[in-house]
Amino acid sequence: MNFWARLFYNWRRVWKALKLYGIIAGPGIIVMVADNDAGGITTYAATGAKFGYSLLWFLILLGPIAFFIQEMTVRLGAVTKRGHAESIFHGFGPFWGWFSLVDLILIDWLTLITEFIGMTAALSIFHVPPLATVLFVILIMGTMIVRGNYWTWEKIALFFCAVNLVYIPCAFIVRPSISSILSNGLIPHIPAGGITNSFFFFLMANIGTTIAPWMVFFQQSAVVDKGIQEKDILWARIDTFLGSMFTVIVAAFCIIVTGTLLRGVDIRDAAEAAVQLMGINKYLGTLLAIGLFDAGLLGAICISLASSWAFGEVFGWAHSLNSRIREAQWFYAFYFFALISAGAVVLIPGAPLVLITLFVQVIAVTLLPASLVFLILMLNNEESMGRYRNNVFQNVANVAIALAIIALSTMYAISTLFPNWLR
Amino acid sequence: MGELFIGVIARRIGRFAGATAAQISAINKKYATPHIKTTPAVRASLLFLRLYLLALVGLLVYKFVTLVR
Repeated sequence: MNFWARLFYNWRRVWKALKLYGIIAGPGIIVMVADNDAGGITTYAATGAKFGYSLLWFLILLGPIAFFIQEMTVRLGAVTKRGHAESIFHGFGPFWGWFSLVDLILIDWLTLITEFIGMTAALSIFHVPPLATVLFVILIMGTMIVRGNYWTWEKIALFFCAVNLVYIPCAFIVRPSISSILSNGLIPHIPAGGITNSFFFFLMANIGTTIAPWMVFFQQSAVVDKGIQEKDILWARIDTFLGSMFTVIVAAFCIIVTGTLLRGVDIRDAAEAAVQLMGINKYLGTLLAIGLFDAGLLGAICISLASSWAFGEVFGWAHSLNSRIREAQWFYAFYFFALISAGAVVLIPGAPLVLITLFVQVIAVTLLPASLVFLILMLNNEESMGRYRNNVFQNVANVAIALAIIALSTMYAISTLFPNWLR
Repeated sequence: MGELFIGVIARRIGRFAGATAAQISAINKKYATPHIKTTPAVRASLLFLRLYLLALVGLLVYKFVTLVR
């Protein structure tokens, strides 16, 4: 074979692989980018404002952690063809099944409210009233599923994932010092001031935004709904890995923006950061507000589906995005009910929105340990997983990650319940 | 007219609640036997989860009581 023939052959092989990846890509990237939801962006913006670039190295460590956990859902979904809620019922019986399902529905609904809080705050910067924002979001999310086609839904969601990259041009606009990012951000160190309560609180908050219970349920159900097979696991893993890189990059650029311009400013949420940045550079503030709205929308898209899928799996309703509304009435009814009721809460005058935001963090830790423990146990069940069960390395890594996440997220929840304990 | 309307709604809610209860009972029956192999690690993990949840609920109750006081 001459050089040109070999080159053509290799190019064809790479092109074929890329096309195959293009078909399988989706759930991993969507779940990871949606992890940077309104709450996540708020945490990153506040981290940058408080510590500058000092915690960038820590954020980069969180990428592999998210990958290890989410990769397990890919294998479990592709091999068992069951969503996470159904897997828990099947593996551990009704007690743990109902506990997980009811807890998930509650957490998802409360988190959905926080996404609406983020979206209404973001658009209020452009003087859009909350009612218009809520209706607009319901319209977008209704349009995404009305065709009864998973493919359409996924491509629209991937478009919103691409919008999440808005933080990258923002970071270039603020012209940060590259040498300062390299020396101060990428080399692991404790920020000036040492290990304070506030430092520890921010570490926990960043971990808390990295792994959420809905992510486990969402990705496993998406893998099943997409019809990913055992032979596709490698590509789905690559998808999850790229997603984890994507989420870390977006988070890092968000920290760089606030770390450069708002260093030392005490900000409470991302919308406040956008308002502050608007005063410095209106394009920057605008982009940050668009990014916050997009983050909330992506979170809402995934969270409302995670609940509907879980309910559909357990109750045996038709629960695929490939079903039209009249074919899967309960599935879509649940989807819209969660969406509309969460949006309505934000519109209630004097609703305790701050309390709800804090409450989400506390309730989430009642489900997170259970879903992580169940995930690891199911991935070790040789009977159902066969050669796709966890190997020794995966078990060591996943158990260590799960224990660390459980310990830190529990402390985070306790510090939310009893603020004087830590701060 | 109003009573008739309330009666229809009440009957519908009753029928829905009955159907849901029957469905929940069918789900409980379907998944009555856990399919995970009960190894010592599984038993220890489930015990840990129960204790963890009890501790967490205890903390929530404590917080609620102190708030009410």
